[in-house]
Amino acid sequence: MKYAYYPGCSAESTARDLHSSSIAVARRLSIELIEPDGWSCCGATPAHQTDRLLAASLPAFNLILAMEMGLDMVVNCAECFSRLKMTNHEVVNHTEIRKQIGATIGRDYDGSVNVRHFIEILLEDVGIDFLQDKFTHSLSGLKVACYYGCLLVRPQEITQFDNPENPVSMDRLINVMGGESLDWPHKVECCGAGLALTRTDVVVHLADSIIGMAKDAGADCIAVACPLCQANLDMRQSDINNEKGRHYDMPIVYISQLLGLCLGISMDALGLRKLMVSPSCVIHAVSAVV
Amino acid sequence: MTIRIKKGKAVKNIISAVEELAGVDLSECYQCKKCSCGCPVSGHTKSPPSEIIRRLQLGAGDEILSSDIIWICSSCETCFARCPMGIDMASVMDALRVLAVKRQAAKPKGDIPLFNRAFLKTVNMFGRTYDLVMIAAYKMGTLTFMNDMDKFPSMLKKRKIAILPPRGADKKTVKRIFDSVSHK
Repeated sequence: MKYAYYPGCSAESTARDLHSSSIAVARRLSIELIEPDGWSCCGATPAHQTDRLLAASLPAFNLILAMEMGLDMVVNCAECFSRLKMTNHEVVNHTEIRKQIGATIGRDYDGSVNVRHFIEILLEDVGIDFLQDKFTHSLSGLKVACYYGCLLVRPQEITQFDNPENPVSMDRLINVMGGESLDWPHKVECCGAGLALTRTDVVVHLADSIIGMAKDAGADCIAVACPLCQANLDMRQSDINNEKGRHYDMPIVYISQLLGLCLGISMDALGLRKLMVSPSCVIHAVSAVV
Repeated sequence: MTIRIKKGKAVKNIISAVEELAGVDLSECYQCKKCSCGCPVSGHTKSPPSEIIRRLQLGAGDEILSSDIIWICSSCETCFARCPMGIDMASVMDALRVLAVKRQAAKPKGDIPLFNRAFLKTVNMFGRTYDLVMIAAYKMGTLTFMNDMDKFPSMLKKRKIAILPPRGADKKTVKRIFDSVSHK
């Protein structure tokens, strides 16, 4: 299995742990991830809030790189995933935008690159049975609240990822790993990550309601797939505790880190020490499969 | 919800500009308010999404560009996902942001337009985001140096943020993209 892999900017800064754990997991499963030479930022939210053409052109350049490699593009970051998929939609439905992009970049893009999230690759291409055979360790009943956030699942017409109100992709992975995925109502609520710096007052409320709900559901940790959700929910806990008098100590762990633990990959390779809230309860739960 | 419309004043309504930029038909909205009920920031804004649409339908002018929702909206897309008429409200918000910046509406709390400029500036310069410089530029512009400073030492210690600028992007192409948009 071979894919063009779009790391996204956060992979080099705030989400090195997501990047390194995904790479380690892919290697263990013989998935070949190739970074397109010269990939650039997708523009994220600031681009689509500023200019529609800019918001389509930046991802289009990266899609062109994947198209020239003749490979599907695998993405980890939910924001990048959403912007790349949106660009495919824009290019296919608006010839004017396609023309303008072609004129600027000097290469035509027809919207044909298949953009897929890392989780989709695991479930659809690798398969649950193959994964199960590869696991050397188990989460032994660890209670996990899977949090999908916004941009993986919305808008459904664009992302075509699972169910927009009650996705279960990560839950399936957790259960195969021997954990217990929880049925809880805040799987796709917004944590406000985009406003983390600008409207911290709003973000504290949103993150508080998500972590509080996971705690009430009995979660030992929250599993995430998006670097923005991770950073926001992980780093805001101290502020929430101070401002709202809570006592949160909820590890916010990437699904790729949990997979890595079950594949017997070391803590350092998975970047588990980078998390702000210590994931010690997660690590203690992991036991060898006999 | 009470909406006051000033009568007798020649206000140039902006609904057609919004509809064109967003590619939507706002006359399709019948005010079921699903967007406002699902909106995560409804409780933090004076005018939730359905009210914005109603105001536009009733002929709102540039004054609507100072509504706080425009910049509190986190672009989570719940409104679009749940709209029974399939109105892309997230794009309506983007259109209102573009118009707000263009027509110099009042600076919103938190100055998100400045954050967006700082973010895109580093992308234009390096081809990828450079968190450290982006955050510094935003904090300088808003004089909020002390916010989140308590987190910085542990972020550095855990190498949770890159110190050096990003390398490897095709900067030339990225610059060309930015130039083409600014000369549009």
